[in-house]
Amino acid sequence: MAEATTYDPLGAVGTWSRRRAKFIIYTLVTLFALIYVLPLFVVVTNSFRDLRDISLNGLIALPHSFSLDYWSQAWDKFCVGGTCEGIKPFFFNSVSMVVPATIISTAIGSINGYILSKWRFPGSEILFGLMTLGVFMPGQMVLLPWARVLGLLGIINTTSGLVLIHCVQGLSFTTLFCRNYYVNIPDDLIKAARIDGAGFWRIFRKLILPLSPPILIVTVIWQFTNIWNEFLFAVIFSSGTHQPITAALIALSAGGTAVHNYNIESAAVLIAALPPLLIYLFGGRYFLRGLTQGAIK
Amino acid sequence: MASLTIQSLKKNFGSVPVLKGIDLEVKTGEFVVLVGPSGCGKSTLLAIIAGLESVTEGQVKIDTRVVNTVPPKDRDIAMVFQSYALYPTMTVRGNMMFGMESRGVPKPAREKAVARVAELLQIESLLDRKPSQLSGGQRQRVAMGRALVRDPALFLFDEPLSNLDAKLRVEMRTEIKKLYQRLGKTTIYVTHDQVEAMTLASRIAVMHQGLVQQFAEPRTVYDRPANMFVASFMGSPSMNFLPAQINASGSPTVVLAEGNGEPNRLPLPKGVANADSDHRPVVFGIRPENLTRYDRRQAEDIPYLGTIEAPVEVVEPTGAETMVVVRIAGREVIARFEPNAAPAVGEKVKLAVDMTKACLFDPETEMLI
Repeated sequence: MAEATTYDPLGAVGTWSRRRAKFIIYTLVTLFALIYVLPLFVVVTNSFRDLRDISLNGLIALPHSFSLDYWSQAWDKFCVGGTCEGIKPFFFNSVSMVVPATIISTAIGSINGYILSKWRFPGSEILFGLMTLGVFMPGQMVLLPWARVLGLLGIINTTSGLVLIHCVQGLSFTTLFCRNYYVNIPDDLIKAARIDGAGFWRIFRKLILPLSPPILIVTVIWQFTNIWNEFLFAVIFSSGTHQPITAALIALSAGGTAVHNYNIESAAVLIAALPPLLIYLFGGRYFLRGLTQGAIK
Repeated sequence: MASLTIQSLKKNFGSVPVLKGIDLEVKTGEFVVLVGPSGCGKSTLLAIIAGLESVTEGQVKIDTRVVNTVPPKDRDIAMVFQSYALYPTMTVRGNMMFGMESRGVPKPAREKAVARVAELLQIESLLDRKPSQLSGGQRQRVAMGRALVRDPALFLFDEPLSNLDAKLRVEMRTEIKKLYQRLGKTTIYVTHDQVEAMTLASRIAVMHQGLVQQFAEPRTVYDRPANMFVASFMGSPSMNFLPAQINASGSPTVVLAEGNGEPNRLPLPKGVANADSDHRPVVFGIRPENLTRYDRRQAEDIPYLGTIEAPVEVVEPTGAETMVVVRIAGREVIARFEPNAAPAVGEKVKLAVDMTKACLFDPETEMLI
């Protein structure tokens, strides 16, 4: 897998116009980067400012005060929806929802992809087509069916309920990712392994899985981020102390007091945004590589 | 070691028939090459023997056991793939051991088998490398090693040399032949390269359009091709075909259709023509090497020698020999000359035709007469 050489669109022009073009490009890029980063800057600074500073100088202003106190308040002291333990319990609600949902949906997606690419059966292409339809299905469409299913199973307002929803909703994506990746693994490998006496699971463990890290990382990042950030199912199928963090953030800003604690809310939002951010930071390299990587040599 | 019997085997992909009734009998220890142009069904036949494809109709037997529904792993076969199909995440050693691990062979026995084959193929130094760290020729060796290490009843090769460059291909071909001579294992070898077929096979099965056209020793396939397809597929440059007619009166001759000049009469060996075949239209087939410059001294050694005068149109020296395109009876015909006896373009050359090597085909059925 050779790295593609960078294409330089300015390769053919003179030094002077080259410099000028570069200057314009970098100015524009910097400008847009600033525009994108500005809201984050506002939220980050507000999470350290005291309320007086915010109300005097406005929400969008350079900080005149600094304290780490609001972060710790947001984490485990502030009152949200009747309990005063900050967003910590909701954060862990999210963790206990995201981790199993990501692992289960990735694992099943990987096996699905393996079957749909290497053990085709009559109708498997149609089945795959139907599964990918799920990618285009908006969550709103399936709210009522899910309400019914969760009700029947008796797991409304539980973490397991949300795990189930996210596993099923995520399967279209994970299957699609894995299937399209495994399709590029040469069929001859599977044939050779079959002649070598390996069965369905042994081929999966010994051949497919060792080739899978790039696509599994992509799938895990995708699932983790989406499930962590998911709001609709979270807010509808959970309440009170069972809410994941996205739902709890709303409860936090819609708290009993009339005063908006912008600093604490900002800190809470940032805490809530940290896990996907970290996942991207550590896995981002693999994410791009996995998305663009096709053939396996 | 085992024999292989295939009886009236048919295979359809959906509604498309790919194999239309194959009968093959491979004796124990034979090296059989399935050869044919792409799409003739040879690889499908191999996949069916391996158990990777199902049988639509007919029987596949290894020794006396019908294996139609036996899974690949229980057929006691080993296969070398065109793409080598080495497991990319495993070392060479891992690749060679995988099959034995799957079958639960104990570790000391596995180590011993790998050591034996690694020595045989001289790949000891590669055992701890990954396939991606190997050159094409090395991968090919490892792929063969993986097959050899199992010591199976039947070896299957699916175009194993196609991915190698020309020089390496010739080297590996010799090496496969040496290996076969040493081990004497029953082998089925698929290729589209007729030279590979000629050099390696104990017997060749020439396939075309889902049927075996001829199944015989290389010499027979070459000298007495069963039909015009086999005649033109085997040999390079391929056999020349000319429309002709048998003349059985007197000493029998074959008369080439007229081009612009006199009809050419060529003497037929005894027994080819009789009174019934007088005036019968035929296709006259002659290989380039049996069509060369007339030489009075050599001519005396050949019992049935025809002569044709023909203008030279193209001269193609290849080094060891010179191919010459001449025009006979209005058609382009390729003749083979010694380089130092090569004619010049435009020259009218007298050609000697070795009629003992000529083949006559029926123009309707295209079968050998």
